[in-house]
Parts: sequence; structure tokens; C-alpha cells
Amino acid sequence: MAQAHVGKTAAKLVVVAVGMFAFAVYVMPPLYYVFCDILGIDGRGALVAVERKDSVVDESRVIRVTFMATNNREMPWEFRPNDAILEVHPGQVVNTSFFARNTTDEAMISRAIPSFVPSSSAEYFHKVECFCFENQPLAPGESVDMGLQFYLDPDLPKNVTNITASYTIFDITETVSQQKLSQR
Amino acid sequence: MAHGPAKGIGRWLFTTNHKDIGTLYLWFSMAMFLLGGAFAMIIRAELFQPGLQIVDPEFFNQMTTMHGLVMVFGAIMPAFVGLANWMIPMMIGAPDMALPRMNNWSFWILPFAFLMLASTMFMEGGGPNFGWTFYAPLSTTYAPPSVTFFIFAIHIMGASSIMGSINIIATVLNLRAPGMTLTKMPLFVWTWLITAYLLVSVMPVLAGAVTMMLMDIHFGTSFFDAAGGGDPVLFQHVFWFFGHPEVYIIILPGFGVVSQVIPAFSRKPLFGYSSMVYATASIAFLSFIVWAHHMFTVGMPIAGELYFMYATMLIAVPTGVKVFNWITTMWRGSLTFETPMLFAIAFVVLFVMGGFTGLMLGIASADIQYHDSYFVVAHFHYTMVAGAIFSLTAGIYYWLPKWTGNMYNEMLGKTQFWIAFVGFNLAFFPQHFVGLAGMQRRVPDYAVQFADFNMLSSIGAFMFGMAQLLLLFNVISTIVGGKKADKDKVWDGAEGLEWTVPSPAPYHTFSTPPQVK
Repeated sequence: MAQAHVGKTAAKLVVVAVGMFAFAVYVMPPLYYVFCDILGIDGRGALVAVERKDSVVDESRVIRVTFMATNNREMPWEFRPNDAILEVHPGQVVNTSFFARNTTDEAMISRAIPSFVPSSSAEYFHKVECFCFENQPLAPGESVDMGLQFYLDPDLPKNVTNITASYTIFDITETVSQQKLSQR
Repeated sequence: MAHGPAKGIGRWLFTTNHKDIGTLYLWFSMAMFLLGGAFAMIIRAELFQPGLQIVDPEFFNQMTTMHGLVMVFGAIMPAFVGLANWMIPMMIGAPDMALPRMNNWSFWILPFAFLMLASTMFMEGGGPNFGWTFYAPLSTTYAPPSVTFFIFAIHIMGASSIMGSINIIATVLNLRAPGMTLTKMPLFVWTWLITAYLLVSVMPVLAGAVTMMLMDIHFGTSFFDAAGGGDPVLFQHVFWFFGHPEVYIIILPGFGVVSQVIPAFSRKPLFGYSSMVYATASIAFLSFIVWAHHMFTVGMPIAGELYFMYATMLIAVPTGVKVFNWITTMWRGSLTFETPMLFAIAFVVLFVMGGFTGLMLGIASADIQYHDSYFVVAHFHYTMVAGAIFSLTAGIYYWLPKWTGNMYNEMLGKTQFWIAFVGFNLAFFPQHFVGLAGMQRRVPDYAVQFADFNMLSSIGAFMFGMAQLLLLFNVISTIVGGKKADKDKVWDGAEGLEWTVPSPAPYHTFSTPPQVK
């Protein structure tokens, strides 16, 4: 009978609709980051530590790495790189740090997100240790030197001579407290 | 079975009749059209002269946002669903829609969605002010508190659209009269079938996008928040994965209406029926793989830009097939120019112009100049106003005698057409120029060198707005009176099952299915 067919058609279409909703929420975001990683286009690089490898230091090349610190809107902290510019050889492991001070009267939590120019260099900038892997809480008036240990991949394309590593700090105090609330 | 409509308000609240629900959809969309039009009038009044005079910028942002949302989701989409409800069962020889109770539900949640959306404008912090595309983080981190109501309104209208489309697909696939094979279906039914599939596939993606926004705002997730490891660009990908099919959802039923109207007033069968069906299906398929041409400026690898550019250009091929078929249908036809035909011809001419500017915008390297300028505004109003609204008006005039049993006032209809046609072009054609010269969209003020064109634009917009009041007047006066449509087949060139039933169409049609040869 027609009514049975109608039910079957409608049921199939409901499955499609629910499937597309799930696709948007559960598949598209991870897929987006997979594509960004493959294509190396988000200019952020991986936010996980890379095993330090004893690779050959290519002393024939000197890459000028410029560090930049940016405060996201309404982020009141003092934030700056301790080394503005470093000249490094590919393969050489370098230590540097960023200075941050909580200028407010309240305890706050921040998170730093890196961004590289040219964006294609992000995948060659290996972070062995980075303050961007973790949240940074600071008490009122407290300051900290946040460490960064990295090396440049010797396979860095020959045409790259300058890299800008820009870190932006975001105020995530509210987000973290919300997460704690919803986990409770 | 052979009872008439119920009495009083209950008829409309509890109806499961496809004609009643079609009427409800059409009146609802007319109300939303006037509301969205009022917002547009405020925008054009503010832009009449450079400087800030009538509204403050914060309110102006709400106007541009609400105008877009109300017109897309409140006026155009429900109007086409209304036409589908009225016409599809009558065109395929079905007694009603396949799921009549769900049909009632999918209409009646819609007014509440828009009541909720409109109420945000009276809340603290105002209504949505982030543009109808509601890009994160503007719509999350920096949004007014009323954004949550906006999100739920989108959820409800999405649910309504999905239910409406499921109903249409189930009707078309299961309730066709004996002999009405898929390849004999009128083109309006075909375009709606394909549109309904698009809706079922992408409205859930929109629901997903606003759900992620909701989670970001209230539950501490970071889908679109860079501070928590998310990415605002992800929002744009998800949104336009919905948004590009959405623009075809808006235009494909319009293609269907025009494909009914042009043959009727050319007194010739539609040229290239099967190529029309294939072209519609190709456009629908392509709509899923071109979304990032809306975001050429976010920073994509060159390979991505090239891919999206070429895929976008490809859409011109099936669209061209359709346009040439319409022109060939008219070729050596015995043409008459009643109001529906005037709107249909204007649709073809103006939609082609909108298509051409679309091709210009699709060129990745050039788009960097055009992006977010008034050139874009001109482009999508040529496709959505001259496309969707003109084809809707054509459809309304074409079928109005069948719905009401009365002829509309032809003189008034033609007057409306010419005011609308001149007003539309006066309003939107100069926007191409100011856009190319660098005037940005969604800004309440502009540099003085754009003053003359903007004044023309505003005058045109006021004319166009006035023409719509003539439409309202004409429809009402046709319903309450007017010359009787004495024949079942109101237009001598019109073909199809809907013209075999009496005028006005009785409350129940095709209770016994007709035999289609």
C-alpha cells in the first residue's frame, strides 16, 4: 500500500537528516584539522611536543626567526618575547622564552596559540617544549618566563630565509571555569 | 470524505489539507516579505545620503542581519513551500500530501520561530547584528546575549524545512497518479523534488553549525574559538557547506515555476525537457563541491583556490542549458505578455545578469577586490530578487485564478511589473559600480563620491517596495471579487493536471486518481 511506502521513504529521509547533522558536528571539525595538517595551511603547526632528534646541524644556512607577542582583545596581561630575533641554523636546538605578567587584581588563566609566517613553515618548526601546549594560570601581579625549545627541520625549503613566529595569548579564565562546571 | 473545510479558526489551526497549508505558507511568507522589506526600506533610507542620519550604526547592523534572515528563511523559502503544497499534489494527481499531519506541524512551528527571532530586537543588547552569515567569533564571543534565541529560531525553522522536504519527497515518490511516470512530471515538481533532497541534506548542517555555536557560547567548548584550540575559519567552511546548496534551494523551485509559465504563454511545449531535468540535477550536485568560493580571502592554498574557481565556473554550463532552453521555448512561439509571462521573461534576463556577475565573483584572483563590496550585494540581489521573487510573483499570478476562481486585475498586474522592473534595476544596477569602486557592504555610512548612485539606489528600492504593495492589493481584491475565471483551463496554452480541475480548485481534488496517458 502507498502508506507503507510513504513510511519507508520518510524513515530513510529522517536517517539522512540525522546523519548529516552528525556529519556536521562530529565529522567536519576533525576532518578540517586533518586537511589543515596535510596541507599545512592553518599556519599553526601541531600543538603537541615533537621528540627531539639529533639531526645534523646545517651550518651553511642561517634562518632569521622573529618572535612576536600579541594580546587578544581585552587580554590585559603584559606579554612579550625575551628574544625578539634569533638567527639559527636548521637542526640546531634553540631555547628561548616569553615573558608574561598578570597585571590585574584577579587570578587568570591564559592560553597561547602560535601562528607562523610563511604558513608553510609551520610544519618545519618543531616544538620540543612549548608554553603553548598548556594553559598558563597566573595569580594577581605574578609574572613568569614561559619556555620554548625548538629546532627547525633541515628539510626546510631553500627559499625560506625568514620565519615569523607569532604567539597570541587569549583569556580563557571563563571558559575553563565553565568546563569545570559542566564536568561536575 | 467529501466534506468541505471546517468552520472558523479551527480550520486553519488543525487543517491537514494541502491547499489550506499552502495558503497558510503563502500568507506567512507575504507577511515576512513585508517585514523584511520594511527592514530594507530602513537600510535604504539610512543610505539615502552619506553620514549618519536616521538610525544608529548598531541598529543598522541589526537591520542588515534581520533583512537577510527574514527574506531568506521567512519569505522566499516558505513561499516556495507554499507553492509546492498547493501545486504538487494537483500536478501529479495526488489527493493530498503524503504526510498531512506532519505538514500541519511543519507550518505551525514556523510562526513561533520568527516570533522568537523578531523578539530579539526588543531584548537587552538588541537582536542579531552579525550579518545573516553569522560568522564566528562575531556571533559567539562578541554576540549580543539574544544570540541564543536566534540559535533556537534557526533550529526550529530548520526542523520545519526538513519536515516539509520529507513530505514533498514522500509525496512525489509515492503518490503519483497511475501513468504519471517520473519523466512525465511537470518541471516544477522535478525541481522541487531535487530541492527537497538538497534541503534534507544541508539544513541539518546548518543546525549543526548553530549547535556548535551554542556549545561554544554556553558549554565551554571551542569549536570556533582559537583560544581553546578551535578555528573560526572552520565555521565558515561548515556554514558555506550549507550556504551554497541553500542558494540553489532558493532558486531551483523558481526555475521550475518559470519552466511552467514560459511554455504556457509561448503556446509550445517546453524545449529540452530531459536536459532541463539533468541540468537541475547537475546544479544540485555541483552545489555541494563549490562552497569555498564564498571565502577566497581566508587564505587557502593556491590549489584549493583553483579547484573551487574551476568547479564554480562549471555551474555556468547546466545553468546555460536552462537559459537556452527557455529562450528556445519562446522561439517562434505564439507569445502573449500577461503578467506572469512578463515576470518570467524579466526573470530570465535579470537572472542571466546575476549569473554573469557570479562568474566574475568566481574568479579567485578578482574576488579579492570584489569581496564584501556592494558588487556582491548587487550580484545576489539580481539572483535572489530578480530570481526568486520574480519567479514567485510569476507563479502567484499564473496560479491565482486556479486558487481563487477569479481573474486578477491584469492592468494592475502589469503596472506592478513595470514599477518593480524599473525600481529593481534602479536600486541594484548602480550598486555594481559603487561596489567596484570600493563601497563595502553592511556599513551605514559611505564616502561622498558614492552619494549620487546611492540616492538612485534608494529611490529604486522605494519604488520596488511600493510595487509589492500593489501585489498585496491585487491578490486581496482577486480573492474578494474580480471577474470569474470561467474556464477550468484559465490560460489557453497551459498544460497539466492542475488545469483539469474546476476553478476555484475544490477543497478535495483527485480523490480518485486520474489516468495519465
